[in-house]
Order: sequence, then structure tokens, then C-alpha cells
Amino acid sequence: MQPPAELVHWMFATGFLLLGLCLLAQALVGEDVWRQRPWRAYVWPGLAFLMGVLMWPVMVFYTNSTIHMVAHGSWAQVMMLAGGAELGLVRGKLKNSYWRLTMPLAFLVSGTALLIHEQNGWLFARAAFLHHLIGWLMITGAIFPLVSVFRPRSAVWRSGFALTFVVLGVLLYCDRDVAPVFGHLSSQAGTPHR
Amino acid sequence: MSIQELVSEHAAVRRRSSRAWTIAALGPTTMLGGVAWAFLQPYRITVLHPRGQGFWWLVIEPPLLAVLAGVVFALLIAPGVLEDLEAHEDGR
Repeated sequence: MQPPAELVHWMFATGFLLLGLCLLAQALVGEDVWRQRPWRAYVWPGLAFLMGVLMWPVMVFYTNSTIHMVAHGSWAQVMMLAGGAELGLVRGKLKNSYWRLTMPLAFLVSGTALLIHEQNGWLFARAAFLHHLIGWLMITGAIFPLVSVFRPRSAVWRSGFALTFVVLGVLLYCDRDVAPVFGHLSSQAGTPHR
Repeated sequence: MSIQELVSEHAAVRRRSSRAWTIAALGPTTMLGGVAWAFLQPYRITVLHPRGQGFWWLVIEPPLLAVLAGVVFALLIAPGVLEDLEAHEDGR
């Protein structure tokens, strides 16, 4: 009764899309307006933390090699760390704003894990292409949360941070189990699905 | 009130309005993206051809998930943000 792996990617894509929309709204209206309703301040950090928690069952049930397990485990940890740190800051349990550095750390760790655990070349299949693309997206996109730590009121950097999640969601929606990319599909990849 | 003050106030009102407009448009734009995707790749909407599909393939359909994200944002997040933004802009 387990959903196929590509469907799990699409479920996470929906979570990242929603996360991106919330962050974009926050960037547009500013911190003061966003926090006028206390519950709203917890929405995106809570969502990030929840997705980190949900990454654990993905690690347990969907990984078929050590390197895949380590990659998924590292995503779970850094998502929980970044979401948890933001929750702590919102709640007031954490005082130092440098805890926000956990987010660029999460981006860097996630991107690196994506690139390291993808053993095939860019055009092996669509999944391989997307792993490379998402890996580099996360590594280069880390600049947005990093600068936002030092310029927290900059709408430009915060919007870039939000849009990185939106693009991540779109790329995850593109993922298929076995499918060609730009007409390329390695004969070793298997039979393409629909 | 001088013309310069009027112009700057008008520009401020326009800036505020565009911010509110953007927030209000985020949800519908996401929904529209999902609908456009469904038209471009109708084979990804498995309920249109349900024969032989399993439970998960009928429940998890990417274009519909994108629409769902837009609906959730438009109904649960955006109205309160807009209300608070307008109150903030009015100085309440």
C-alpha cells in the first residue's frame, strides 16, 4: 500500500510550493504584518519541520542503498534543524538571530547530498538530470537565506529565498520514475513509464 | 498639501496596492498554473482515464496538487494577510 517513489516526490513538491508561497507573502508584507496573527508566524517553520519529520519514513521505506539512506537522512536532519531553529526564534526560546544560519546550512547540505548520491550523469534519465539541477539550485540558492540572515528586512533576498522553494517544488513535480530528458534515456535506466 | 506631497502619497498608495494585489494573486496564479499544466499534460490527470489505476495514482495527481496548494494559500493564508496588510497601511 506504499505510494510509488515518484508520487512521494510530488507530495513533497506540494509542501515546498506551499512553503514558498508563505515565504513569498511574508517577504512582500514584511515581518511586522506577517506576525500580527501569532499562529501565522509558526506556519512555514512548522511546515519545514514537519517535512523534515516526514523525510524519516521516506528514508526508511524508500532507500535501497547506503548512500541514498544517508542522503535522505541528512535532508531529514537539516530540515528539522532549520525548521526547529525558526520555531525556537518565533517562540522566543532562541534569542540569537544567527540561528537562522541553519537555513543556508540546510540548503548546502541538501544540495551536496543530492549531487553526491546521484551516481549517473546529467542525461542518464530525467531523475538524474533533476537531481543534478536541484543539487545546484540548492547550493547556489543558499545565498538567499544566507544574506537574509544579515539583511532580514530585504524583500529582494527574502523573495529569492521564497522563490527557490517554488522552483524546487516545480522541479520535484517534474520527477518521474523512469523517463527521458530532452530525448535522452540511457538503455540502463529501464523501461520508461507513461 | 503641495503637489510634491500629493505625488509622493499617490506613489505610496500605488505601492501598497500593488503589494496587496500581488498577495491576492498568488493563490489564483498557482491554481491557474495547475490548470494550465493539466491542459498541457492531460495524461497526468489519472482520473480522466481511471481504468487499471491504483489508489495512489488516482489520489496523487501533480496538476491537482498544484491547484490544491493554491487553494490552501488563497483560502487559509491570503485573506488574513490582506486584512492585516490593509490595517497596517491605514495605520490602524
